[in-house]
Amino acid sequence: MTATAAGTVHSGPNPPTGGPAGEDGTAGDSGSAGAAAGEAGGAGPAGAAGGTGPAGGTGPAGGTGPAGGTGPAGGTGPAGGTGPAGAAGDAAGGGERTLSYAEAVREALAQAMAADERVFLLGEDIGVYGGAFGVTAGLYERFGAERVRDTPISELGIVGAAVGAAMVGMRPVVEIQFSDFTAQAMDQIVNQAAKIHFMLGGAVSVPMVLRAPSGSGTGAAAQHSQSLEAWFAHVPGLKVVMPATAADAKGLLLAAIDDPNPVLVLEHKLLYKTSGPVPEAAERVPLGRAAVRRQGDDVTIVATGVMVGRALDAAAELSASDGIEATVVDPRTLSPFDADTVLAAVRGTGRVVLVQEAPRHVGFMAEVAARIAESDALYSLLAPVVRLAGLDAPIPYAPQLERASVPQLPDVVAAVRDLVRGS
Amino acid sequence: MPALETDTRLAADKATATGVLATMWRIRLFEEAVDDLFARGLMHGTMHLSIGQEATATGGCLALSDGDLITSTHRGHGHCIARGADLTRMMAELLGKETGYCRGRGGSMHIADVATGNLGANGIVAGGIPIAVGAALAQRLQGRDRVALAFFGDGATNEGAFHEAVNLAAIWSLPVVFCCENNQYGMSMAATRAANVPHLADRAAAYGLPGRTVDGNDVQAVYEAVGAAVARARAGDGPTLVEAVTYRWKGHSKSDKNLYRSRAEIDEWRARDPIAAFAATVLDAGTLTGSELDGARSAARDAIRSAVREARSAPAATPDGLLAAVYADAEGGAG
Repeated sequence: MTATAAGTVHSGPNPPTGGPAGEDGTAGDSGSAGAAAGEAGGAGPAGAAGGTGPAGGTGPAGGTGPAGGTGPAGGTGPAGGTGPAGAAGDAAGGGERTLSYAEAVREALAQAMAADERVFLLGEDIGVYGGAFGVTAGLYERFGAERVRDTPISELGIVGAAVGAAMVGMRPVVEIQFSDFTAQAMDQIVNQAAKIHFMLGGAVSVPMVLRAPSGSGTGAAAQHSQSLEAWFAHVPGLKVVMPATAADAKGLLLAAIDDPNPVLVLEHKLLYKTSGPVPEAAERVPLGRAAVRRQGDDVTIVATGVMVGRALDAAAELSASDGIEATVVDPRTLSPFDADTVLAAVRGTGRVVLVQEAPRHVGFMAEVAARIAESDALYSLLAPVVRLAGLDAPIPYAPQLERASVPQLPDVVAAVRDLVRGS
Repeated sequence: MPALETDTRLAADKATATGVLATMWRIRLFEEAVDDLFARGLMHGTMHLSIGQEATATGGCLALSDGDLITSTHRGHGHCIARGADLTRMMAELLGKETGYCRGRGGSMHIADVATGNLGANGIVAGGIPIAVGAALAQRLQGRDRVALAFFGDGATNEGAFHEAVNLAAIWSLPVVFCCENNQYGMSMAATRAANVPHLADRAAAYGLPGRTVDGNDVQAVYEAVGAAVARARAGDGPTLVEAVTYRWKGHSKSDKNLYRSRAEIDEWRARDPIAAFAATVLDAGTLTGSELDGARSAARDAIRSAVREARSAPAATPDGLLAAVYADAEGGAG
């Protein structure tokens, strides 16, 4: 597939060469995200990106930068990414190809829309612009303005409209430009979408998806960089998904669109340009099932979102340098939470490091720690649970301050090493 | 009175007039029964009564067709009844019974009846307005000609949700009717203190929409204004804001001691009883006799008594399925 791209090419917000060229924060993101992709590509499973080209070489951005590259060139702008929106993407092929995380999201949207007329998109700048991160590029051209619906800057109205449409038989997928902006829509998310099925006695359900780019690392400072998953995971009635790989970005989103409940899919901005193998077919990754990304006997690392890649990089480094073998568990879905897989891993290793980007206080990993403490896995522990988390502070602007605010690869390596050596 | 106009008079047709009276009496007597059950300690929680506002719910819903949709408010018993909900299931919900519309999980503020197009009351002021817009958007995408009507109070027009939702409906020319029941107080805050426009309907101009203010205690006026808005919406010409000025006789909720308004003011509005006014019009028109008017009231009283009796004897809601009820587990939606 890929080569039949819709053809419309946008030089758009993310120029193929990336870089901080832009007129707004968005373009700046592409540069940072590219750098991050490079980081992940260096050691992690995403390293296969090179050459194979997420875009299948259609657009001017075609192909991609070098694997593990230094950044700006490593990304695929919306231009290179139109491929998966193309018609061929909907055929259920049997194979896999390498796609970027953003392309995988786009392919899931395209396949869901092609398969089900009830599915439509709502969001700010998702039409001709292609979305602030280029995720929806090409979908407007293919599916039209009715189903790829540009909205005013009006998050509460957008989410409310999605709730109402979902209640009467549609399958809206909302893009909230930055997850921070969900704060503008909180009534509709928390008081309406989450509760309507329950408080109306089951008479109605709200099958909607809310996609939101999350996380720090783009120099966008405190109001564009948060990791708010714990807010939503705390609300019964919402499902919360944090894809960490391109394949999961597609498969979890497809499952979220199928789900008869409101699902928040918290995509990570730094992951958009990372790549990995993605099935061509519209294969669902079931919600509520964790992934064991790596097996090892010495320690379990539980990590979410962008921290999954750092955990894997740390595990590879510790294996090579110290002979420490880690199991890495990616919950993938925070609500519902697959505690069984996490607890089994903890029982098997006797040590656990919990890694999240979000601030520590009352974060999701506090829940994971509590689940361990409440279960017989507690008796397996050779040492207390270790938590690595963001500072209990807003995300700052300057790059060195931002990096210091969330766990970095050396932090994970050091925490795991200290735990294993000390117990 | 000219013939054309006579034809559209609700009071001029025997069946229509009887239906309008039946609805208004059912709303009034349902809420009086609720008030009484609370007073006797037989109902718990809180309640928001719309006694005195029956003409807005009745006239507004009368202008809708089968299949049309509404969103309602915390003061929503009237809307629910006017759309044809089952009185026993409503009463059962307020009494926390398993047979209630929400199986005891929602109570007064969350009653919905999808079968009659009621997408639900709402405990959040203005919460239902964007939902109505979304329901209307769905009609557009599904190629249907159904209309969505959002009921909301004067207080809701100061919420961001109102402004965002009305704007979306306006730019997309969606088949929505925004029906503001201006009962003149948002809890204790007078509408005249909360907005610096002479009429809340004036706010329509900000979104490029027609806005109209009518006497919300005149069921005929509400019916005509909402009817015109429904016709406009169904024709694809977009939304309208209708402001129906009315008055709530009772307090905002149980805690209200009426410190913010005078007895004289309440009495003045009680003298403008929408039911009595319509009954007088019907009698004047010779459409119904005095005994037929009395009959409409007693039929409603019997229906409410029966609903209370049946609901009280229904099984209490059980906590057994609460956790399983949080998430839908099958293909959902009201279709």
